[in-house]
Amino acid sequence: MPKKTFEQAIKRLEEIVAELEEGNLPLEESLKIYEEGVELTRFCSIKLNETEDKIKTLVKTGADFKLKSADI
Amino acid sequence: MDLPFIFHPIFSFTPMTQLSFDDFLVEEEYLTVTDLTKEIRYLLESTFRELWVEGEISNFNHHSSGHMYFSLKDENAQISCAMWRRRNQELFFTPRDGMKVVVNARVTVYEKRGNYQLDVLQIKPAGLGELQLAFEELKNRLRGEGLFADEYKQPIPLYPERIGIVTSPTGAAIKDLVTVLRRRFPAIQIVLNSVRVQGESAAAEIAQAIDEFNEYGKIDVLIVGRGGGSLEDLWAFNEESVARAVFRSQIPVVSAVGHEADFCICDFVADLRAPTPSAAAELVVQNRDGIAARLNQMLEFMSGSILDRIKYQREKIQYIKNSYAFRQPEDLVVQYHQRLDDISRNLRKSMSHKIDLNEQMLNGLSKRLALLEHNNVLKRGYSFTFRCSDGKLISRANELNKKDEIEIKFYQGKVFGTVNEVEG
Repeated sequence: MPKKTFEQAIKRLEEIVAELEEGNLPLEESLKIYEEGVELTRFCSIKLNETEDKIKTLVKTGADFKLKSADI
Repeated sequence: MDLPFIFHPIFSFTPMTQLSFDDFLVEEEYLTVTDLTKEIRYLLESTFRELWVEGEISNFNHHSSGHMYFSLKDENAQISCAMWRRRNQELFFTPRDGMKVVVNARVTVYEKRGNYQLDVLQIKPAGLGELQLAFEELKNRLRGEGLFADEYKQPIPLYPERIGIVTSPTGAAIKDLVTVLRRRFPAIQIVLNSVRVQGESAAAEIAQAIDEFNEYGKIDVLIVGRGGGSLEDLWAFNEESVARAVFRSQIPVVSAVGHEADFCICDFVADLRAPTPSAAAELVVQNRDGIAARLNQMLEFMSGSILDRIKYQREKIQYIKNSYAFRQPEDLVVQYHQRLDDISRNLRKSMSHKIDLNEQMLNGLSKRLALLEHNNVLKRGYSFTFRCSDGKLISRANELNKKDEIEIKFYQGKVFGTVNEVEG
């Protein structure tokens, strides 16, 4: 599975909530997406609790880019 | 007619001077071109030191060397001007043809070409009105081209993870941005592309930084801006080069220039305009607590919904199990089994003295048991229906037709009848 972004995770969660809300899926399917939803919630919570304390500066050398730590 | 002779320079001049060959030998009487030019240069440069001249710019050319060349003119005259790179870097705006300006300059003579020109030290718009005009002119032109159109506005991602910032590394804007972004969403990744935000080179640097971020690519949204200042300070964000870079950016751009009241061209082209850098940070990144609350809400909803679902299914099963239709056969079966057990026990008891109980006897007993079961059913008020024509036991109404003769057998006795109506 490709690395998913926070935005994609939240979007999928909203879909799952909507699907469960409609209640049209058979129980088996509902359980499956519920499990997926719980997994996504966990993923998002982990992301939310991460902290990034360095800010980077974009440096172009030739055709390449580098990120350097910066103190602001 | 004598007039042509009188007014023609050659005819009026030649007869008055008698030149002899000797005149050309007196060398000290003449100046070389270089000497004369030097004289003129000295005269002009010492007479006109630093001065302020007002005029309108025409033939403006920002040469690739970095130097600027243009003419300053009014209705009756014009004068060539040059502004060297080192000096024009301090300009806060790009001069444009037709703009009325005041220049601070020295008169210089370019000896090789025999020209005199103004060596421009500084250019100011002739009034704030001039900047306003330039602003309006560019705004109308870009609007005409569609650069402000809603159809080109890109949506700002709801949950960006990497934010690119184009501003000065030393200004107030970067501090405000970092503080607010971190407070709202500590996991946010911030990438700065440092630029100068005022002076003539600022616009080009800002435009280049936006292009570089696009080339780099791994950025969800860009914030381009600076803290508040005078109209001159903020002018880079009114330059066409910045507007064009914002427009061609594939990454959504949030413009965050100055204080609330200041509007610049960059604001109009950007996908979203924030009144200040702090406000930009708040618009771009949602509060972590808000997202966490939403996540909890979703989790609770999902769990609640699934639990309800399971509870509902369980109740449904219970309901079906308890329903009369289900309980009835179940009870019957239980009763039959019990009865069967009793009978077998009795049988075994009564047969215990007979050691050679053979299979045939068992079969016969089974048949009797079956009969007993039938009778038990009948005893409970059920009945059997047979078709008279062939004696077939009927279990479904549609096996019968109207007018068929039938026999109904009860626990005690039987009745005969004719089918009047068939349903189902």
